[in-house]
Amino acid sequence: MNLATASYCFLGIFKRELHRFLQQRARFASALVRPLLWLLVFAAGFRAALGIAIIPPYETYITYEVYITPGLVGIILLFNSMQSSLSMVYDREMGSMKVLLTSPMPRSYLLLCKILSTSLVSLLQVYTFLLIAALFDIVMPASGYFWLLPAVLLASLMLCSLGLLLSILIKQLENFAGVMNFVVFPMFFLSSALYPLWRMRESSEFIYLVCLYNPFTHAVELIRFALYASLNLPALGVTAAVTAVLLFAAISAYQPRNRPQRGKPPS
Amino acid sequence: MIRALLLAISATCSAAALADLAYISNEKDNTLSVLDLDTFEVTATIEVGARPRGIVFNRDYSKLYICASDSDSVQILDVKSGQVIADLPSGEDPEQFALHPNDRHLYIANEDDAVVTVVDTREKSVIAQIDVGVEPEGMAVSPDGRWVVNTSETTNMLHWIDASNHQLIDNTLVGQRPRHVEFSKDGSLLWASSEIGGTVAVIRTDQRKIIQQIDFKIAGVHRDKIQPVGIKLSDDGRYAFVALGPANHVAVVNAQTYAVEKYLLVGRRVWHLGFSADQSLLLTSNGVSGDVSIIDTNKLKVLKTVRVGRYPWGIAVKPL
Repeated sequence: MNLATASYCFLGIFKRELHRFLQQRARFASALVRPLLWLLVFAAGFRAALGIAIIPPYETYITYEVYITPGLVGIILLFNSMQSSLSMVYDREMGSMKVLLTSPMPRSYLLLCKILSTSLVSLLQVYTFLLIAALFDIVMPASGYFWLLPAVLLASLMLCSLGLLLSILIKQLENFAGVMNFVVFPMFFLSSALYPLWRMRESSEFIYLVCLYNPFTHAVELIRFALYASLNLPALGVTAAVTAVLLFAAISAYQPRNRPQRGKPPS
Repeated sequence: MIRALLLAISATCSAAALADLAYISNEKDNTLSVLDLDTFEVTATIEVGARPRGIVFNRDYSKLYICASDSDSVQILDVKSGQVIADLPSGEDPEQFALHPNDRHLYIANEDDAVVTVVDTREKSVIAQIDVGVEPEGMAVSPDGRWVVNTSETTNMLHWIDASNHQLIDNTLVGQRPRHVEFSKDGSLLWASSEIGGTVAVIRTDQRKIIQQIDFKIAGVHRDKIQPVGIKLSDDGRYAFVALGPANHVAVVNAQTYAVEKYLLVGRRVWHLGFSADQSLLLTSNGVSGDVSIIDTNKLKVLKTVRVGRYPWGIAVKPL
């Protein structure tokens, strides 16, 4: 595999992903409406809920809207990765997955291109969301918008790897509701996306520990610090390590010898 | 090696000396915190009398007057040495005071005695006591030195005292529990906050009549929590900043139209305010959270909140 072939292959997959995303305008709108509802409706009711402690990376008291913005960036990535997982299942049912995986390119590379493409599409949504948030006076330091880019890419790679792994386990499209209930919502609610961990600890040590060990918490914290041009090293370490493990597991699971054989008659 | 070390120390000291320094009285710690306005770090803590509240510099910034309320005295801090060098007679429970432009007469509100005490800082003696309303608190002297205004919290009045003869000339009824008064730079207007009333009154000095009342409303904050106290007016006549107490916000008021343009989130129970020398920064003392928020007055944005002592109260800034 040379560079030209690799780029050609990546561009092909990325264009397909982008084309699919742009064609599905309702998906683009819902991807934005969801976090915006959280930001402008849910957070409005909790406006005075924070403002009682200063936690890094913030240097002063912040409104609840400002606090949950990184978490909402996280939920954009989470939903997009699950959407991508869903599209993998759909592709498998429609047969287009087979076409992709029979390409002469290494299967691991094809899958990497797939999750990278999804991550780049997520990036578009994240920046659009932050642009709209800025119109409502939720503005981050200018350098934060730059440092956000690598943080979002890494967080998205982690979540897309998880989605890829889940796509192995989901046998039919109908099972996707289970993913929402058992993966997306617990990951989101049991994290630092909506409330700081010290607040969780005040209510329950157990919930605090669950939140602390939830990789999504670390992805959100990586994004939160990046938005203020700071690096949260532990969050970076956890996110990178979890990404590596999930990616390895997903790619291994997609190898032909490991792939579950559906509909194969018993020998 | 030693020379390099000395040079480094000298450079550090010069840098420190080149910054505006904010002095903040910590009501429950009996201390002053000294905050460097370049680095936004507390560089020193000075022990003073019991329950320090109002603080003000003399004209050349060599002395800092401190209302040590529970010591029943006004202390004089020598700024250079950081030592309290004298106590002034102040009457009982001094809380706020104002220094006359003559740099000599200090007008002190004695909360428990319902009087304003006038102290000659040079002679260190009381030269007059003026009966005012119940629980006097806020004090201000007009820039031309003609008027001394005191607020009385329970009587709900502003008391106008002629500075030339120390006679009470007039009273202006304002909203409930007036806490603080501030003259505009030209002295034509007086702004008065009413803590329980939740309003700020703008008064024409020549008529001693209210010409405007300003109300505040913050989304998500109950009206009862909006309790205006400290006020600062920018010299360019553009803004009035009002500390809203337990609402934990500072209101930015357009000083021309009297419309509230913005609310800035700061620490808990924001009490008094102070400008840096060039007025590019505004400091807020946040009593319950024990910190000081630093606001960029051009961008109208809170830059940082710095922990000081317990229950910070008064703010006075010494320029470069």
